Amino acid sequence: MRFRASGPPMTLATFRISGSAGLTTSSNPFSLAPARMHEAEGSGRRAFAVFQALRHPGPLVWILRAHALHRPLPPALPGDVGARLHLLTPRSETDLLWAVEETLRAAPVGLVIAEPLEPLSLTAGRRLQLAAKSGDTTGLMLVKDSHGSPAAETRWTCAPAPLDGRASTGHIWRVTKNKKGTTGTWMVDWDGASAAFDLVSAAGERSEPAAPAR
Amino acid sequence: MGLANARALCPDLVTRPADPEHETRALAGLCRWAGRYAPLVAVDGADGLMADVTGVAHLFGGEEELRADLHARLEQAGLEAQSALAGTGGAAWALARHGGGIIPKGGLSAHLGSLPVAALRLDPATAASLTRVGLARIADLLALPRAALAHRFGPALVRRLDQALGVEPEPVSPAPETPHFGVRMTLPEPIGRQEDVMTGLARLLDRLCAMLALHHSGARRLRLELRRVDRGTAGVEIGLARPMRDPSRIAPLFRRGVDEVDAGFGIDALRLTAPVVEPLAPEQLGGGPMAESGDALADLMSSLGNRLGFDRVLRPLPADSRIPERSFLLAPAARSEPAAGFAQPGPPRPIVIFAPEPAEVSPPPGPGRPPARFRWRRMNLTTHRATGPERIAPEWWIDDPAWRTGIRDYWRIETREGPRLWLFTTPQSGGAWHVQGEFA
Repeated sequence: MRFRASGPPMTLATFRISGSAGLTTSSNPFSLAPARMHEAEGSGRRAFAVFQALRHPGPLVWILRAHALHRPLPPALPGDVGARLHLLTPRSETDLLWAVEETLRAAPVGLVIAEPLEPLSLTAGRRLQLAAKSGDTTGLMLVKDSHGSPAAETRWTCAPAPLDGRASTGHIWRVTKNKKGTTGTWMVDWDGASAAFDLVSAAGERSEPAAPAR
Repeated sequence: MGLANARALCPDLVTRPADPEHETRALAGLCRWAGRYAPLVAVDGADGLMADVTGVAHLFGGEEELRADLHARLEQAGLEAQSALAGTGGAAWALARHGGGIIPKGGLSAHLGSLPVAALRLDPATAASLTRVGLARIADLLALPRAALAHRFGPALVRRLDQALGVEPEPVSPAPETPHFGVRMTLPEPIGRQEDVMTGLARLLDRLCAMLALHHSGARRLRLELRRVDRGTAGVEIGLARPMRDPSRIAPLFRRGVDEVDAGFGIDALRLTAPVVEPLAPEQLGGGPMAESGDALADLMSSLGNRLGFDRVLRPLPADSRIPERSFLLAPAARSEPAAGFAQPGPPRPIVIFAPEPAEVSPPPGPGRPPARFRWRRMNLTTHRATGPERIAPEWWIDDPAWRTGIRDYWRIETREGPRLWLFTTPQSGGAWHVQGEFA
């Protein structure tokens, strides 16, 4: 939630009060740095976007091209994500980038999720970073593999993974690029219905093989 | 007279169907024009105007001259009119329909006496029954006792008589004019720079928004017309995500349109109109952080809508259907309120949905069984865990081509390779397998 309180003229204070979801705490490795543009790739990137949408209060904007094959299914989105969602369907890639920039620049938006179809150039990425900074809004670009921009703050590679012995869902979320921190790989058990999740174990240190014994 | 009779008498008769709507509009235009003669002009019936010219006649040189001027101007416009001036509205009505002219002060009963009773604005039945008992002229009525008249022919007759003679006042009450939301500005020198146009626009916006505030309205669409020196006109039209009258929030939306305008040899006139206006009650200033963030979101939707089109800025709303693709609506955000929430009983649904894509299943599983392995989007996938089936029947009251294959059995299939997919089979028509969504 964001509050804007105006006192005497020329002094405008902006407070940022984070919910229980936590924004930049060391206990949660999946918090995105605020007011920056991030990227997610891989087949599980949309699940990662929904996971992040749960942790960003305020209006959500999901931008996809008009002729994209898929659409998010609002009744299936967890919590109040469906009610907070706005869907933009620009016709061209230029319009899409313009819409992302405009939405990032707007203060009231909680999280901007965009799915460009073409590779993001350094210029485009840099412009989005500046827009995110000026609007104090976080952006998450769902790009195809190796279509990302060098300007991204972090890049996540996300893939769904089967979990043995559980009627739940596993994800492998890997930070492959991080401008202000370290990279890492996490095996996450997230059921897609709430903001709560379990870290199974770091993928590299598992004692049992990923594939079930035959 | 019927049309056939009229044609028999005059074979060359030209006829046109009556167009009351057009006539009403023309009369309203005439009513506005008649404002040059009197401060109060009202439309009277389908074919008349009633003007209160009290204290006006001397401006035209007298009542005779006023009437002459009126007739001259109407004749110039190709209209045939009949007019009368009198001390009361009733008397003027009567005389205008029976010859026209001017009734001097104090001569009401003398002038009206010779007119037929129908000139009193009576309904035809009363007029006919008056004539039947031998009361053909107004003078005949004046001589009779009022009580007996009212008793026999109803109070309306006496009232009309009083109105004609000025015993009962009858003020002219024109309908309130619908406000016109338009302002313009003519410049002494042509301008061509964007900043100049934006400055002019800001001045016009201030005036228009003050006018909107006065009428408790907000603009939904705004149109700026720029007239060039060579008489060409360029227009910039913007839409707003919700009714608004705040100049500082509206002006930036015009910037893109003004950028694209070709100024030619210069622009010498600006005109700003609000073609679509909606009621907007005055609001208390400083409605708190919620109102402020709502305003900012509306501004964002306006600027997005003006470039992408308002039908591409959407908001999902719940819909009452078990068919997955019809379980939500996408409504333009500018024209809808956010949903309270999506109730979601029943089995889980995929977060992403797409048009059904065929999955190659080999070997085909038995009836009521999920496939053990299948091929989708060039990926060979092996079933790890399957949940289902969930049977969804087509809605028979909607003929959807995609659902003509009958009922569908949906399975949530977790694969060993990772993807968790929503597959369905159509047992009523061959049992082909399709993928329709992806779970989180």
